[in-house]
Amino acid sequence: MINGWKNTRLLLAPIIDNNPITLQILGICSALAVTTSLATALTMSAALMAVLASSNILISAIRHHLPTSIRLIIQITIIATLVIVADQFLMAFAFEMSQRLSIFVGLIVTNCLVMGRAEGFAMRNPVWPSLLDGLSNGLGYSAVLLLVGSIRELLGTGKLLGFDVLPTMEAGGWFQPLELMLLAPGAFFILGLLVWVIRALRPEQAEIPEFSPRTSDLAGPHD
Amino acid sequence: MVKLNPLTWWRRFLRLPNESRMKTLLIALFVALGSAVAVSVTAVTLKPLQQANMERQRQAKMETMLATLPGMADLLRAANGDFLETVIVDLRSARIALNMDPGVYDFRAAMSDPQSSTPLARDIDSAGLGNLPYFMPVYILRRNDALALVVLPVYGSGYQSTIHAYLALRGDLNTVAALQIYEQGETPGLGARIADPQWQALWPGREIADHDGIIRLSVASGGATNQFEVDGITGATRSTTGVTKLVQFWLGDHGFGPFLSRLKAGEI
Repeated sequence: MINGWKNTRLLLAPIIDNNPITLQILGICSALAVTTSLATALTMSAALMAVLASSNILISAIRHHLPTSIRLIIQITIIATLVIVADQFLMAFAFEMSQRLSIFVGLIVTNCLVMGRAEGFAMRNPVWPSLLDGLSNGLGYSAVLLLVGSIRELLGTGKLLGFDVLPTMEAGGWFQPLELMLLAPGAFFILGLLVWVIRALRPEQAEIPEFSPRTSDLAGPHD
Repeated sequence: MVKLNPLTWWRRFLRLPNESRMKTLLIALFVALGSAVAVSVTAVTLKPLQQANMERQRQAKMETMLATLPGMADLLRAANGDFLETVIVDLRSARIALNMDPGVYDFRAAMSDPQSSTPLARDIDSAGLGNLPYFMPVYILRRNDALALVVLPVYGSGYQSTIHAYLALRGDLNTVAALQIYEQGETPGLGARIADPQWQALWPGREIADHDGIIRLSVASGGATNQFEVDGITGATRSTTGVTKLVQFWLGDHGFGPFLSRLKAGEI
């Protein structure tokens, strides 16, 4: 039985404890590409959340009738359809934004996060929990995107959502914008630091090292 | 006994074992149909809105370009409120096609229409156009009966998209007044920097052809070294080469070249 407490946990867990980006390291490509400003990160988050929630609902609704052999193809078809629809809506109602996001809305279809939730959760759970799961994973993704987007826009341009926050030197202030923040490596640094901070606070998230140096090599040649 | 009630058929279909070939085929068919309908309905319903957006953006870029031209605002005021005169040029004869209505003609539609464009031979098609429309619009501003500004719509292949731009020439028809790229889909952060206003601001004042009439206007790889060159963009070599090629194609013999010579000679 799914009770209220379980639903709440389902909704909150992916935000920090099981965050798709910082724990599962999924959806990194789009997280790098669209976080140069907060506005693009917001739009991308909304688009991803809409696609993720609706794909979870649809796939969960037809899960008992999906032949295993064509399961993945059906999932991809449904996700791709939703992504095209979302992209069309953006082009019609938020044209400027869709120009700035360029191909990255379309690339939601290749985002492992959406496919991962469809295959890992919606295929095995009823519609309502699947919707909650889609929303919560969307929120987890959005939280990281918004954080990285705010830091990059603030440090890269001294603005937030296009409003001046830190007075730049160019405009007679004291702040020298960090160009690095606007490039992809800037996002890698922020994401890396974020993962480090989260895993330092919650050591259970750290992975077991796959390799450990052989002590015999470190000790130097034997005589 | 066979019942013809569709609901019965539907129930029977759902009761089929998931792994049966029939059910696999039917599920695939239904999902494909559902997706096709969803995509087509959204695309068709939203198309008018999207086209209006594109048109608005094109207009806005044209206005931005005109606004950034030095002295342009004064020129337009002096032109007594008259905006740019739009003419449709027949590229084959280098003459103005008087029977065409500039308000209606859409070269974007003609680009791929076999009725109104001609395929280019590969050795001529340096800008990767594929088809060359027979007719192109040109915007002309005259002041005291002398040419003040000529704006040419140009396009060509970049690294991964078609780059569309307006190239504005000063009255001498050998100096760039402005370049405004209004549509491109190059790699964000790299090639897409050709649309940066800072880079486009390097274009005004560049010269087009040398004394021998050879078109030398181009994007340099690295820094510009003479009056014909524009600084390149690091990491955007393929996109800037695309810009060079399309500008040279459209100013050349197969583009607006013959029309511009006749315009310069005062034949138009």
